Amino acid sequence: MAVILEKVELAENIKEIVVDAPIIAKKAEPGQFVIVVVDERGERIPLTIADYDRKAGTITIVFLEIGKTTMKLGRLGVGDEMAHIAGPLGNPSEIPENETIVFVGGGVGIAAVYPIARKAKQAGNEVISIIGARSKNLLIWEDRMRAVSDELIVTTDDGSYGRKGVVTEPLKEILENGRKVDRVVTVGPAIMMKFVALTTKPYGVKTIASLNPIMVDGSGMCGACRVEVGGETKFACVDGPEFDAHQVDFDLLIKRLGTYREEEELAKRLFLEEIGGCGECRSHS
Amino acid sequence: MRPGGVTSPGTTLENKTGAWRNFRPVHDNMKCKRCCEPVAIGRLERFVADWELEKGLRIPEKAPPTGKRVAVVGSGPAGLTVAAELAKRGHDVTIFETLHKPGGVLVYGIPEFRLPKRIVEAEVEYVKQLGVKIVTDVVIGKTLTVDDLLEEYDAVFLGTGAGLPSFLGIPGENLSGIYSANEFLIRINLMKAYAFPEYDTPIKVGKRVAVIGGGNVAMDAARCALRLGAEEVYIVYRRSEEEMPARQEEIERAKEEGIKFLTLTQPIRFIGEERVEQMECIRMRLGEPDESGRRRPVPIEGSNFTMPVDQVIIAIGQKPNPLVMRTTKGLVVDKRRGIIIADSYGRTSKDRVFAGGDVTTGAATVIAAMGAGKRAAEAIDRILRGD
Repeated sequence: MAVILEKVELAENIKEIVVDAPIIAKKAEPGQFVIVVVDERGERIPLTIADYDRKAGTITIVFLEIGKTTMKLGRLGVGDEMAHIAGPLGNPSEIPENETIVFVGGGVGIAAVYPIARKAKQAGNEVISIIGARSKNLLIWEDRMRAVSDELIVTTDDGSYGRKGVVTEPLKEILENGRKVDRVVTVGPAIMMKFVALTTKPYGVKTIASLNPIMVDGSGMCGACRVEVGGETKFACVDGPEFDAHQVDFDLLIKRLGTYREEEELAKRLFLEEIGGCGECRSHS
Repeated sequence: MRPGGVTSPGTTLENKTGAWRNFRPVHDNMKCKRCCEPVAIGRLERFVADWELEKGLRIPEKAPPTGKRVAVVGSGPAGLTVAAELAKRGHDVTIFETLHKPGGVLVYGIPEFRLPKRIVEAEVEYVKQLGVKIVTDVVIGKTLTVDDLLEEYDAVFLGTGAGLPSFLGIPGENLSGIYSANEFLIRINLMKAYAFPEYDTPIKVGKRVAVIGGGNVAMDAARCALRLGAEEVYIVYRRSEEEMPARQEEIERAKEEGIKFLTLTQPIRFIGEERVEQMECIRMRLGEPDESGRRRPVPIEGSNFTMPVDQVIIAIGQKPNPLVMRTTKGLVVDKRRGIIIADSYGRTSKDRVFAGGDVTTGAATVIAAMGAGKRAAEAIDRILRGD
């Protein structure tokens, strides 16, 4: 059992919760994740640890309500409990020294990239951050990212805020201008990370992507999260979740992410009917 | 792990077979080809447990508290046995489990039709009644390390099993629709995906399902696929039926239920666009015996053929999960086999750390794990008492 201590609605369908989880907070590092089971009939889903407070014994999770499980999680309020939480899982991010690093976060991936950028900044690296969302009202944690970045670029797909366009455009300009960049770290939708990798590859800049495949146990047992990196099969849960983005087979990742599309749609539709929603108003999320 | 009546888990088999010697149907047609498991544990367990469940739990007398604390890592057969034994001897025992339910392979691996979950729940309840604390959702090697545990406990027992699935390493193996047996069985048994959408975890139901492998886990996966509604289920095995590691009874059950056996056949490639659609195989013949004593399968050149499949389950074995080994200094492991080195009393190279069950032997049986738990409990008890 893990009690929700704080809850903030960051944007439409994006929620931030602070969870009482002292043993996880004690060991949590940037780049790691937890497995959450919302209730006793729930599935096990991985969610990135967006922040942690060892003293208070809490971790922060930011999630997009995209399917039944995240919608159920989003309906829990302060004082409510999720049935199970386990972690911290996965390997912590590698934090270099004396490097210029570009962090590229998209959507809820901004919250996942934040603790890595913060630690990199604390370690004395130069931090350039590019964060993107579909539109202004879906942009999260801009203030937090600004606080840990030497330079922050914001993009929105519809141009309602910051630069109009996608995150790879300013990234390409930075690389084209011949600015010294030692590495790029990206977290976001698989398709975005694929294009970040394609953008940096011609420049030979080391690029790390945090992968988000389907998982069940999160501890190396099931192999649902297997990904191909450099032609080798890896388990994202124990070998990752961060990998050399130039070696990742993103097309395979995207195909595997779609394995349960029909089931996910069915579960979501039934859930929305159950809670009295029309099932249409949220269909764009 | 035994509800009521029988005093020590490690001797349950003897006790059971003794107590039920006259129960002929249990003993008939239970001959194992290789002596790994002399009786069909599932049915025997079920019979005795049902009988005991009806009679109610009887908690044995416990020794007075010793003030010694023991951490048990993993709540499968080895962990539950060692915990129950040590609790009876007066020690304060806490079990740490990675998953959200205790029972290890008994809950995530063995299907309901072989071992009903209520029996596992009764076994776990019995261990709790003995005073053992069970903490779920704690991943040793991540949430806490073995060295963290050694700061608070007098001894640590590692019973983390063999949960790391092996894959074939052939092209197309990561296509959507290809599962490890572990994933397939975890979704069904632990997550109750058969009851989707009442339960949230989904599973795909294949029409033509190929289960690769010839062990008990392969038989379990094949029979589960059939129960989910698959039209055709194949067991694909590279040697002949004679060499199959599964118990004879499991093979016969699978055949009775209509599972087709494709022996002397080895997959070499999976083909598909969005999902797996075809499997390319090669026919095998048996050559000279290999190090396992079984005749080695040799590919027959030019015998390749493809068959349409929409779901594949890889059941070619499991190795111990390396998470604990990688994060514990001073623990000597056999890297090739991926196991922790321990003597017959479960003593490892690390002071106060014991191990038993599949993590020290590689994937074996529930009975063997329980026996290892019993022996380790004796050794731990002696050390805690300063003998």
